[in-house]
Amino acid sequence: MTAPLHEPTTEAAPPAGFEAGVPEKAVQGRSLGRIAWERLKRDKLALGGGVVVLVLVLVAVLAPLITSLVGQSPYERHEELIDPLFSTPIGSFGGISSDHLLGVEPVSGRDVFARIVYGAQVSLLVGFASAVVAIVLGTVLGVLAGFFGGWLDTVISRVMDMLLSFPQLLFIIALVSVMPNEMLGLTGTGVRLFVMILVIGFFGWPYVGRVVRGQTLSLREREYVDAARSLGAGRIYILFRELLPNLVAPIIVYATMMIPTNILTEAALSFLGVGVKPPSASWGQMLSSALSYYEADPMYMIIPGLAIFITVLSFNLFGDGVRDALDPKGSR
Amino acid sequence: MAVAVMLVVIVVVVFCIFFLIPQWTGVDPATMYVGKTSDAAAVEGIRQKLALDEPILIQVFEFFKGIFVGRTYAAGGDVTNCAMPCFGYSFRSEQAIWPVLTDRLPVTMVLALGAAALWLLFGVAAGVLSALKRGTLWDRSAMVVALAGVSLPIFFTAMVSLAVFDYGLGWIDSGFVPFGDSPGAWFQGMLLPWVTLAFLYAAMYARITRATMLEVMGEDYIRTARAKGLSEPVVIGKHAMRSTMTPILTMLGMDLGALIGGAILTETAFSLPGLGQAVLKAINERDLPVILGVVLITSLAVIIANLVVDILYAVIDPRVRLS
Repeated sequence: MTAPLHEPTTEAAPPAGFEAGVPEKAVQGRSLGRIAWERLKRDKLALGGGVVVLVLVLVAVLAPLITSLVGQSPYERHEELIDPLFSTPIGSFGGISSDHLLGVEPVSGRDVFARIVYGAQVSLLVGFASAVVAIVLGTVLGVLAGFFGGWLDTVISRVMDMLLSFPQLLFIIALVSVMPNEMLGLTGTGVRLFVMILVIGFFGWPYVGRVVRGQTLSLREREYVDAARSLGAGRIYILFRELLPNLVAPIIVYATMMIPTNILTEAALSFLGVGVKPPSASWGQMLSSALSYYEADPMYMIIPGLAIFITVLSFNLFGDGVRDALDPKGSR
Repeated sequence: MAVAVMLVVIVVVVFCIFFLIPQWTGVDPATMYVGKTSDAAAVEGIRQKLALDEPILIQVFEFFKGIFVGRTYAAGGDVTNCAMPCFGYSFRSEQAIWPVLTDRLPVTMVLALGAAALWLLFGVAAGVLSALKRGTLWDRSAMVVALAGVSLPIFFTAMVSLAVFDYGLGWIDSGFVPFGDSPGAWFQGMLLPWVTLAFLYAAMYARITRATMLEVMGEDYIRTARAKGLSEPVVIGKHAMRSTMTPILTMLGMDLGALIGGAILTETAFSLPGLGQAVLKAINERDLPVILGVVLITSLAVIIANLVVDILYAVIDPRVRLS
């Protein structure tokens, strides 16, 4: 299996799961997914990033359990730990102690560790969910534009061009800031998270749409699509059985590259005061309040900053690895 | 033509964001112009002055007309004049928008252009070197630094640089000083913002440059150039660099345009009085006229930057010139 004579290329790869029914010795072919996984396994940096991402997801999901294990709540104030004169935590390194593993916040004395753990929920939720929004919209509209062409293609392409040259951060801030405090039965942080997910996702879809449209345009001219058509396959069949399976790879690559960008955008919005607001915890919001205390309490700035950095870096490392692994031209 | 359509669409979208969404959610847009404490008479006055009961497209038309001929806001005997070019009038701060824009724009432009010079120089150079020395220690370390650079939120880098170089080491006396007051102090104040902003973009550009360069070096015409017996510096400098620069220029056009419309995060972290800071304040106060003005300037900047890039394409890439 080290050097197969015939490596299936993108278009020849059977859909994932196809090889499951084939006896092991019969065919030497490997699915695209398996080739990618074998390449990814050799990429130690990407695997490391992937492991950190997994740990972060666990931390976010198990946040209530973790904070109750250390006996701290992200909302409980400990004003007795704050120097009344400077509003900064008493003790060195931002009040780090056995009770407060990463110290406490200036002014309120809330436990930083618990807030970092809960902040992971916000970052990952917005990061993943807005990527899903962008990918669903981008894939549907990109395939529509590329597959059906004509005026539909013109309209969708123009809209994508326009959205791409919008001053995006400005519009995201504006949209998030005009949203009401209550909608769809959600209140406060819930509304802001929901709006952030929708708006970030909405501004992300043209990036996916552009790639998907281009891929669809080139794929629909391939011989195997002609073959399917000449066998009497309908448009719907071609779309779902012939085109979409081959779009999975570029979509996965885009998804992994989008999540860290979205996490950074969420942090930026919360930093600017239009995203998650206290007492709810978000890393960007923590950095924003640290802006007034970075001289007196640098730890309070460094901890949420490192949390964002490590998270985004891990996603980027993993994303780069996935991209290289799925690249049909790659040889690694 | 496409430019004009684009601008109109953008302004319509902004109007919709600030008129339709509040209306759907039960907020009177007129109150956003005067603030919560205002009395009913003031709100009614604003409604008449801005013609808020008219359809959105009429309001948009009035807005654009104001840019070319100036605008007079009248409600009963109360008249507010806004001279040409009228980009709107902030009834909250009681001033026309145009002077605010011309006051703020230079700070942001200097920030964006200075940083762009730095990131182009270092980012592209690092990317090209990495591509040419692929797989070496230099390549790997440059790419690790670049990956770290794109993973750091800019406001965090900004705060760390302030904490280290200003507060910690005391090398730099940061804080914005107008150029006219003291060029030396101005330069010191701009240094950290420039470097911080440039670091993020240099990291992005280095990654893109390396990837593009690697692809270009595999092209047939590079082999042809080598086969003709051209020296390696000529092959790289004259042939490979030209097509490597094409996607870089595209990015530069978009990035510069967006930054001129307000490097919101950088300006907030360093307290620079630029457009970004103005628009953030306006958004928080729902001061629509300021937001509209800045968005329009930003969109214009993006469009102009893209036009310049199109012209530069022709200079750099002979294939563009032919078609």
